[in-house]
Amino acid sequence: MKTEISFILNGSEVQVSVHSHHRLIDVLRKQLGQTGTKEGCGEGECGACTVIIDGRAVNSCLYPAFEVEGKSVTTIEGLQGPKNELSVIQQSFVEQGAIQCGFCTPGMILSAKALIDSNSDPSEEDIRDALLGNLCRCTGYVQIVEAVKKAAAQLKRKK
Amino acid sequence: MTDFHHIGKKASRPDSSDKAAGKAHYIHDLQRPGMLYGKIKFSGHPHARIKHIDTSKAERLTGVRAVITANNTPEIRIGFLRDNFALKKDKVRQYRDEVAAVAAIDPEIAKEAVELIQVEYEPLSGVFNPHEAMKKGSPLIHETDAQGRPRTDNLVPLKFHHESGDLEAGKRAAKYSVEGEFSTPMVQQCCMGTAGCIAEFDMNNNLTMWAKTQIPFLAQRDFNRALSDMGLHGKNTRVIVPTLGGGFGSGLDTHAYEYITILLAFQTGCPVKIVYTRDEEFANLSPRQSSTTKIIQGCDRNGKLTFREVDVLQDNGAYTSWGATYPSVMMMPATSLYRVSNVYFNARLVYTNNTYCQAMRGYGNPEHTWALESNMDELAYEAGIDRFEFRMLNRNEPDEITPMGLKVSTCGLKECLETVARKLDWGKKRTKDKRTGKGMASLIHVGGGARIYRSDASGLILKMDDYGNVNVYHGGVEMGQGLHSVLSLAVAEALGVRPEKVIINPTDTGTCPWDVGTHASRGAFMACNTAILAANKLRSQIFELAEELYPEEAEKNLKKYMKKNPGYKPPDFDVPKASKCERFELRDGFVFIKDGPQEPWLRIELGRLLRAIHFRSQGQMLTTEVFYDPPNELPDFERGFGNISSTYAYGAQGAEVEVDTETGEVKILRMVAAHDVGRVLDPQGLKGQIYGALAQGVGYALYEKLESKQGKILNPNFRDYKIPTVREMNFPIDLEFIETNDSYGPFGAKGVAEPGLVPTAPAIANAIYDAVGVRIRDLPITPEKILAALKQRRR
Repeated sequence: MKTEISFILNGSEVQVSVHSHHRLIDVLRKQLGQTGTKEGCGEGECGACTVIIDGRAVNSCLYPAFEVEGKSVTTIEGLQGPKNELSVIQQSFVEQGAIQCGFCTPGMILSAKALIDSNSDPSEEDIRDALLGNLCRCTGYVQIVEAVKKAAAQLKRKK
Repeated sequence: MTDFHHIGKKASRPDSSDKAAGKAHYIHDLQRPGMLYGKIKFSGHPHARIKHIDTSKAERLTGVRAVITANNTPEIRIGFLRDNFALKKDKVRQYRDEVAAVAAIDPEIAKEAVELIQVEYEPLSGVFNPHEAMKKGSPLIHETDAQGRPRTDNLVPLKFHHESGDLEAGKRAAKYSVEGEFSTPMVQQCCMGTAGCIAEFDMNNNLTMWAKTQIPFLAQRDFNRALSDMGLHGKNTRVIVPTLGGGFGSGLDTHAYEYITILLAFQTGCPVKIVYTRDEEFANLSPRQSSTTKIIQGCDRNGKLTFREVDVLQDNGAYTSWGATYPSVMMMPATSLYRVSNVYFNARLVYTNNTYCQAMRGYGNPEHTWALESNMDELAYEAGIDRFEFRMLNRNEPDEITPMGLKVSTCGLKECLETVARKLDWGKKRTKDKRTGKGMASLIHVGGGARIYRSDASGLILKMDDYGNVNVYHGGVEMGQGLHSVLSLAVAEALGVRPEKVIINPTDTGTCPWDVGTHASRGAFMACNTAILAANKLRSQIFELAEELYPEEAEKNLKKYMKKNPGYKPPDFDVPKASKCERFELRDGFVFIKDGPQEPWLRIELGRLLRAIHFRSQGQMLTTEVFYDPPNELPDFERGFGNISSTYAYGAQGAEVEVDTETGEVKILRMVAAHDVGRVLDPQGLKGQIYGALAQGVGYALYEKLESKQGKILNPNFRDYKIPTVREMNFPIDLEFIETNDSYGPFGAKGVAEPGLVPTAPAIANAIYDAVGVRIRDLPITPEKILAALKQRRR
């Protein structure tokens, strides 16, 4: 049984028909071709598939697609600016050397964004709490934490 | 030598922005028109005869395009000992053995079809412990070898042995000696992007493989061999490497899943993709081998090492991949870390019904350094010498030749050890009542390529376009470590262009020259050395052509310049006379005369000069190719002798830990890492390499173990297999790079990809002993092991 649902994806309304067993990540990657959201484990353990739903960072591999009806979803594709420029957090990851293989990067960035959107002055502990569900095998997290700190400070100055 | 324009400065990684934007395309993201999805049926028995495979139900499922087994496909033998098969025919030897596979129009149908395949087995008794597997009467994993000759035991037919000096004399000369047995578990590479590939045949039966590999050219050779096995003689494979979600050694061999994908693609005539799920990856991708190392070292009354005796036993699992050649690397620290003249080293590998193993970052070195550096601490205590002093006393020096015949060129071990001691406030205890302690450990690793194959070479092509862009074609693999970042820096530096003008093209056997593979910390060393050679060749070409064309371009420039600056009087300078090869310089993309007047109009933009070279009668486009094979030797591993690398990387790490004696929990308070890197190429990327490797070392030391029971992996997920998170890595890491400026290294640099995790586990273990007086000899050092050891010590 397929259900028609509609939701806001990166600011634009989309309509898709989904099965009850479909996960949000399948809708994003397969139906909508938004492959920036990565599947690292499919069990909610690695955070590579993190997206933001109504302001909260969520593992899209555990999220039933039909539940997104009427909600607002932000994926990594929704972060860049109108002239193809990176957002502050993305740019900070680039500049701090926080990216190696890059597979965890979209999820990391979205977890960081959800944090900074709700807390403009996060402590290092807040940052570590927010990134706890995002695994990275390449970096040892040092430059990632630094990137989030720098991005938060820069966004605060902008306000 | 230090007036670099780009080397050592902040680099911008060419791949970062796309990765940050979610626009980098991994194997998971790639699609081909008409592509089918493959899925593998794994045995689920560690050792059994295959009696019957019934695929009829799977074949009838709507959407299934092919079901294959060893019975309806040609036999493809894989692995360097040819002891493995793409699909298993008569018997299975491990829980993950591939017995059948399907291709279907979507992944869900493929999954359902695999579940419909029924296999009837006759279980055989298995053996899961290498000690047991060596006993007489133990079940034979392989009844015959690849040539069909009967086998009588489970020993893998590979010999790794070294003897030098006089072991008995060394033992007699020792006043103190300590023996210990150290073991390490199977651990997984845990790439965040799982393994996968796409196989596609064209109508001439040539194959294109999009493969998550670190060895595109050796993979091409392997796949071409498989095509021959399939009756497609003389056909070719083109291997294209997509963005890799990590490597860490997992892509150093070709895998059964890749051959199965090829078989499915051939059978169906459609492109086929197989990508592992995370649990498939944990259960079916070959991990790091487990090992047991017995080590005895002795020193004289002054603390000088007099002998070292090492016996290694490795669980090879059911088949042979590169995990089996870890002893070739273990031999390096065993013979050459610290000065010791009487050395015995022997390693044995045994087939079991466990999962077979392959390469992982460090390749035997973390295993061996774990044993060696733990034992060094024990010996220092025994001899009553400070552990840092003991290491300093026995340290390696530049220009020495080690018992294995390693020709040490530069060696920064002294500086590394001193740095660690200084930064760790060695000798000062933090507080008296807290259970804190400090430990350190050193390392040696190949830093100038590693000849483990008949060629250790790498080629590189530089292709200039009409705009001054440099297109680079190199066979090395960027898997996140930053190879393309240092390669673009090296090309920019050596050629004299801006890094933005350097375009690194995708790794593709169809366009790039041959490279043996991105392993053994050789990527940057090889790529940058080839870049320097190619750039020098290209500069000569450009300067030669400029002798004729530069004066004309300068003349045109001058005219324009005078139009803009009417009162300008050009200096009295004979441009045609000065236009000589040896007087030209190229920097920041401009050609000029280095000893001439530095007038703006005398700077000719490279693109303009290239267009002048191109668009004339008998014009030409500039493309340069080089092939570089470093000056090192393929060692004789049966005798344990040979200078495997052209230079060696050294390093030392230190840890300060706090141990909770109630819970056994270890808290790392801080770590220090000092590495002899030869020369810092990309400072930020280098830090990232060491931080990341160190984190893997922390996982190896404290958390990670692939649990296996009767050959079945019990923890195939990140819930039960713990890699360090941002919480575990919450301690300061102080890095220092020692620049020894090695003469073999590009700009003086040595390889550095693996060293960062080599000494981490023993440094932590030594700190734990310093804190609470218990020595754990079996990784990982879990709270349970510490509590048990503390309990035993109190008795």
